[in-house]
Amino acid sequence: MDSRTSETVGPRSEDALPSSATSAVKIVIVGGFGVGKTTLVRSVSEIRPLTTEETMTQASVSVDDLAGVERKRMTTVAMDFGRISLNDELVLYVFGTPGQQRFWFLWNGLFEGALGAVVLVDTRRLEASFDVLGRLEESQTPFVVAVNAFDGAPSYADEELREALDLADDVPLLMCDARSRESSKDVLLSLMRHLYSLAMTSEATT
Amino acid sequence: MTPDAEWDEGSPERLYVLTGGRSGSEETGLDLVTLIMARTAPRIGMQPEHESILRVCQSPLSVVEISAHLELPVSIVTVLLADLLAEDHVEARTPVPSLPDIDIIKAVIHGLQNL
Ligand SMILES: Nc1nc2c(ncn2[C@@H]2O[C@H](COP(=O)(O)OP(=O)(O)OP(=O)(O)O)[C@@H](O)[C@H]2O)c(=O)[nH]1
Ligand SMILES: [Mg+2]
Repeated sequence: MDSRTSETVGPRSEDALPSSATSAVKIVIVGGFGVGKTTLVRSVSEIRPLTTEETMTQASVSVDDLAGVERKRMTTVAMDFGRISLNDELVLYVFGTPGQQRFWFLWNGLFEGALGAVVLVDTRRLEASFDVLGRLEESQTPFVVAVNAFDGAPSYADEELREALDLADDVPLLMCDARSRESSKDVLLSLMRHLYSLAMTSEATT
Repeated sequence: MTPDAEWDEGSPERLYVLTGGRSGSEETGLDLVTLIMARTAPRIGMQPEHESILRVCQSPLSVVEISAHLELPVSIVTVLLADLLAEDHVEARTPVPSLPDIDIIKAVIHGLQNL
């Protein structure tokens, strides 16, 4: 749990990347509080997942401040991530965003250059995904929607879910179990196949 | 404030000192996942944070992993890396272009299938 207790700083020797590793890509996992983002990162990562923290400055204007003076508030936001070596040269990083959605898009460089995003959904709280779906569409980040099947959560037909989430027909929708490595791997693969077909379509039209 | 007042590891004052007051937003072209590798060994007399970076980057390590291992925000690590890059103490390996081309997509699919 606590990395400070380890005697040496840095990656464990078995986690060291080969010196042939030259480039890296990233995928971002988003979704509401407790939907299984950290669990999915842990399931697919080849290293023990790591956490990074960033200090965000938020301008806030209080309502009863007649002068309307902006005050800056500092907030620390943590992000989990894991790593997969795809081949000798290419490395994939998978980021699990924190539950507080308003910070995701403030995190510098998280979405820029990302291959795409996975929106994890809990059918007991569908409304937790509305905001992020809108933002991903706005920023033109390609994404897939994965329903993390919690025990006892209501299950819906695909069409019902698509309608409730207002999903375009071409956005892949799949069921998963974030605790399973195979299932989590399939989620990432479905995003990559979606990117592949988007790339093929845009190639065909240019 | 008393000189030896305990300060929070992540406090703005401490971060200010580490970076000489520069902000992390300077244009370095570093992405969260740009891989960094040390070109020189840590030397005595270096700023301790620079030394730590050289130590953890004996094999390639991304900017965000350096941040996690050193327990420093990415914005601070970016500034520290700019110093090391300027002096050729580290190399930043080519980042992936922002629009993934079909070959990268294929490589990721292939890599995931082989997991
Ligand atoms: N039954 C079941 N439980 C799950 C599944 N995925 C995650 N959980 C559990 O749900 C809880 C929350 O999972 P996390 O992975 O921490 O969720 P998160 O999205 O990272 O949460 P925040 O970071 O707080 O937003 C944990 O106790 C997990 O063990 C699943 O597929 N099925
Ligand atoms: Mg989490």
